[in-house]
Amino acid sequence: MQALVIVAHGSHLNPASSTPTYAHADTIRESGAFDEVREAFWKEEPSFRDALRTVESEEVFVVPLFISEGYFTEEVIPRELRLDEWDPDLWESDGTSASQATLYAEDVDKTIHYCGPVGTHDAMSDVIVKRAESVTEDPDVGEGFGLSVVGHGTERNENSAKAIEYHADRIRDMGRFDEVKALYMDEEPEVDDVTDYFESEDVVVVPLFVADGYHTQEDIPEDMGLTDDYRTGWDTPAAVDGHRIWYAGAVGTEDFMADVILERAAEAGADIRDALEKVREATGGVPASGD
Amino acid sequence: MPATDADLAPDQFEDLVDAVTGGPVEFDGLVVQYEDDGYVFEVPDLHREHLSVEELERVAAANAEWVSNWHFWNVVVGGEGTARRAFLRWLEAADEHSVRGRYDAMADGGIHHEWGELLVTVELGEVGYRRYELRHVDDADAGRGTLTAHTEPRNLRDLSKYDDSGRYRPLKTAPSLVDGWVLSDLTSGELKEALGFVYPATVENWHREQEGTLDVTHWRETAERQTGIYGVVEELPREAVEWVTEAACVDSQCLKRREWQYDEDDHLETPGGDGPFPCREPCSLVVAAARKWTKLEEEDEHTYEFDLTPSEKEQLEAIVDAVADGRTEGIREADVYEGANRYRARYLRAKRFDDDGNLCGVPTEE
Repeated sequence: MQALVIVAHGSHLNPASSTPTYAHADTIRESGAFDEVREAFWKEEPSFRDALRTVESEEVFVVPLFISEGYFTEEVIPRELRLDEWDPDLWESDGTSASQATLYAEDVDKTIHYCGPVGTHDAMSDVIVKRAESVTEDPDVGEGFGLSVVGHGTERNENSAKAIEYHADRIRDMGRFDEVKALYMDEEPEVDDVTDYFESEDVVVVPLFVADGYHTQEDIPEDMGLTDDYRTGWDTPAAVDGHRIWYAGAVGTEDFMADVILERAAEAGADIRDALEKVREATGGVPASGD
Repeated sequence: MPATDADLAPDQFEDLVDAVTGGPVEFDGLVVQYEDDGYVFEVPDLHREHLSVEELERVAAANAEWVSNWHFWNVVVGGEGTARRAFLRWLEAADEHSVRGRYDAMADGGIHHEWGELLVTVELGEVGYRRYELRHVDDADAGRGTLTAHTEPRNLRDLSKYDDSGRYRPLKTAPSLVDGWVLSDLTSGELKEALGFVYPATVENWHREQEGTLDVTHWRETAERQTGIYGVVEELPREAVEWVTEAACVDSQCLKRREWQYDEDDHLETPGGDGPFPCREPCSLVVAAARKWTKLEEEDEHTYEFDLTPSEKEQLEAIVDAVADGRTEGIREADVYEGANRYRARYLRAKRFDDDGNLCGVPTEE
């Protein structure tokens, strides 16, 4: 038997934080790819500490629903899952290239395939583009448009910015949008000045966050000047300094994220048979550009 | 012949014959085996031997509950050694009562257990299959038709996310599960899934406790493991941990039975609670709150002087009590005899607070 455990941050305060995790888990459950699918959270239950004992399978694929490699994926999650032999070097990652490491969890006597976060998977570039298509309601959006990928960014963890930069580069290389730029909440170049960084009149802004919450629904819209008060909402597109800003919700809420989770597990050796096709049908996904 | 609950389906008998081919079947008082000259069939008050397969089928049909019981536990449930199986066995007290006694009880209104605020009922379905029902313990006596019916275990995930005033429940085992719903006709797998959504990992940790393998992590070890913004919690004083558990871990706040202590040899005085499932280590909510309390406990005490009437002092105490016990919503609008009544609180604020919100005009010293 094989199980999939999706680990995510969750929240003590925001009930919507876990919503994408449950939604993607449900999609994968319905595909029948795994004997068991379970969600676990840093701030909700089951906790990371108790997660592995809630599945009966002897082989477990753990996929972090996190955006970047760093403190959570390298330190907190392996520690709380009690993956005693864990060492970040096992991922042999340059900061965005973690795939998986096979470990043993002694408290539950199981083999654990600890995968890299979904946020750095190549297919995430496609998810970002898909978000741009959704928010503009234009499946061919690109020409005449700028695209900004927005990350949290933090001085403490350089990988946080690396993940954003990585996808911005990949999307730029697709040649689909006139301009592509990585912007951040907490470091330069800041999302507050979004219009300074684009010549295109139309700019799609996609926040690379797992869930919608304080940052994506309050902070960023106000910082960009889409609205003075997030509670009154904003227009899509919103007019800001002579530009039209098309602001999409958190990328993690895109249905297609379920495909990325499955791809992570499959690359770690999970036998998912034809589930990927089923999930792609369900999510309207497209084969990853990395294929 | 109309099907009764105790009937046997042809495939159940075939499964039994297949199993016996691999060796003797011995389960819950049923013994079936093959000897050189035929099958042996045995239940507590019956022993038959030298049976042909046709004869075995007739004897099995006449003692269907023993065979369907074997089938349910070994073909449907399986999972020898798992928490799931142990929990399902516990639900019908399978290790204490005979098959006949259990079948009678399951057919006659079902067998009930409380699991936190959930009432779990196991009933007899067709051909010995069990059917499970979940509802709130407060709805124990409600007719099924008066409750809102749900069919999917994941409906409970959404139902258990908010309390009855619509507030988010960050702690799944807080005693604030909404009532008024029922989930019936669940298979054993669906029951386990539903419980996993409402009270995650409780069945697994209960099972470990039953087996004597519950891995309790006490406060000290939990605090020392923390990093990042939670690294400070290991500085929380011993006596404050007592207050933390009194604040967050007693039965009025959380239905898990706290098994962790300050340290293995240093027990806390706060009652651990009476619930069926254990709490094996401080949860994330406790750790996050402890971080705040650690910072607050770093402050030095100051002596303040306030002039209050005796009733005003008592009123402040009543307000703290009402908030701590979650009673503010229940205090009637015009009940000015309650210190925590809104008008009473507004009067006190008007009289005793200055424009900056300082009690009796006394500034807060940093």
